[in-house]
Amino acid sequence: MSTTIRGQAPTKVYGEHTVVDRLDLDISGGEVFGLLGPNGAGKTTTILMLLGLVEPSRGSIEVLGLDPRRHPLEVKRRVGYLPDAVGFYDPMTGRENLRFTARLNGLDDFEGHIESLLETVGLANAADQPAGEYSRGMKQRLGVADALVKGPSVLILDEPTTAIDPEGVAEMLHLIRRLAKEDGVTVLLASHLLHQVQTVCDRVAIFVRGKIVAQGQPHELAAVEKGGRITVEFRMAGDPADGRRHLESVGTVSDVAAGQIPGSWVAALDADSLAPTVNGLVSRGVGVIGVHRIDEDLESIYRRYFETHEEVPA
Amino acid sequence: MTTTAVDSAATIERRPGGWRVVAAKEMADHLLSGRFVVLMGVLGIATAAAVFAASGGIRDVAPNAQGITALFLKLFTVTTDPVPFPLIVFVGFLAPLLGIMFGFDAVSGERSQGTLPRLLSQPIHRDEVILGKFVAGLGVVAIMLTSLVVFVSGIGIFRLGVVPSPTEISRLAVWLVFAIIYVGFWQALATVGSVLARRASTSAMIPIGVWLVLTLFGSFIFGAVAGVISPRDGSQAAEFAYLRTTQTVSQLSPVTLFQQGSTVLLDPEVRTIGLVTVEQVDRAIVSELDLTQSLLVIWPQMAILVAMSAVMFAAAYVAFMRDEVRA
Repeated sequence: MSTTIRGQAPTKVYGEHTVVDRLDLDISGGEVFGLLGPNGAGKTTTILMLLGLVEPSRGSIEVLGLDPRRHPLEVKRRVGYLPDAVGFYDPMTGRENLRFTARLNGLDDFEGHIESLLETVGLANAADQPAGEYSRGMKQRLGVADALVKGPSVLILDEPTTAIDPEGVAEMLHLIRRLAKEDGVTVLLASHLLHQVQTVCDRVAIFVRGKIVAQGQPHELAAVEKGGRITVEFRMAGDPADGRRHLESVGTVSDVAAGQIPGSWVAALDADSLAPTVNGLVSRGVGVIGVHRIDEDLESIYRRYFETHEEVPA
Repeated sequence: MTTTAVDSAATIERRPGGWRVVAAKEMADHLLSGRFVVLMGVLGIATAAAVFAASGGIRDVAPNAQGITALFLKLFTVTTDPVPFPLIVFVGFLAPLLGIMFGFDAVSGERSQGTLPRLLSQPIHRDEVILGKFVAGLGVVAIMLTSLVVFVSGIGIFRLGVVPSPTEISRLAVWLVFAIIYVGFWQALATVGSVLARRASTSAMIPIGVWLVLTLFGSFIFGAVAGVISPRDGSQAAEFAYLRTTQTVSQLSPVTLFQQGSTVLLDPEVRTIGLVTVEQVDRAIVSELDLTQSLLVIWPQMAILVAMSAVMFAAAYVAFMRDEVRA
């Protein structure tokens, strides 16, 4: 698919402090891309550069083939943005806030569109309450509707789920996937919440201190990090000690340790050697009753990077 | 990409200006806000008191009001006990407050509500935000001041039976425009404050401080500055020079400019706002200037005030355009 967002080493320096450091991004149309990083990693600054609200100190950015600094209106017309800690005009109702956004976008005849957006984000009943009475979570939902008012081809969500309850988060993630798959919207999701990013994103960039330290599909990222080795949990019938002996005697595994399920063993091995290992066990007459591949999740990688970078003082 | 650019250019031309959308929303906000009600109340009470006092004064002079032709305008310029100021002085005092109230949170309010990033990510030019807000605030002020003048005129016509002449109506109209421009200065100053200060409470302090200093301590400050420039040594010439300097210095303040402008515009008998010696007025015939003559007297003050308001708006504009959104 074509590139929708491209960053060629954009860098933002405030005084002495480099907030975003040579960020190379290449996000395709219809992709859900996760920008994963701790607070203060430079995610929001990156987003503001994509919207043309902050000028990169060096490097360049292209959104939908346009430079956001030189064609800000064209970019903003097609990019929906949900800011972190989104706010609304308190005296106006949720619906009136959306109407204002629609007018700013020069839309006509938007009432039906707004109604359906309010239903999509589950605010149809609260639509005519003043936004000042909304909870943080409701404001975030309204913020998603607000970002969708213009019918964007790119959706940028900055911490969209921080104040939403777990059920609401599931709905939100489902909505994000649906927008990407059905409507072909490109989504950039910035978050510090790993599990959500991992669930919903096609690709993830781990972003720490203004730098991307790893980038790729969530599982691929996990595999690369371990040098191509995978972790597998084996469950075998019979005496657990025998199971371990058989497992080690096959000769392709290392680091055998007790698994979480009693009697199971977890071992590291090359991805290619999983099938031979299972065959080897079977040929030794071991009753293999379960083989479960445990991919290292992003959390450990993320934490590792975060910690490494914490050790180095800025 | 090329086609997209062309399409969008066509769309832009069909769209109404984004500043109008901003202005319409801001104006609705202002008119429904508590501060509008409060200000309207304060202004209404001040007006009622001033008109009451002025009408008392007019009743006193009305029986022998042979030579007084611009009687209607006296509603705005005279007072009697116990009200200390005539209406134009009240307006001169309160008008800055109107501008400040509708400008001090123009940008800082958006910031504290968290709506600024959302607003700026919409497809409108940045200057349309500041322009829309300025127009809306000034529009509300225009509504307030106009209704005040109409209210006073109504009382004049019905209670006192004094009917304004066409000249008096045109004088009032010119004065109204002048007053709105004056409020514009304060609103622009407040807007500058709201861009520079991060919080609404801080941003209100900047223009209110300037306003208090200029209204309450203005004459001391001007006197002191003039004393430095042309020291008094007791001689008549030095005293005269000192007074001239004081006047020149005081005209750097929009408060003075507006006060002088109001006096000349609403009182046709005022022929100069400069220093006048006894010799100069000796045997001068008491008569009234027509509006064009009054405008000739006051045009420097008006021009300076318009320029000051324009410069202040430009400052607000530049401050906002340069203000970088930060994470």
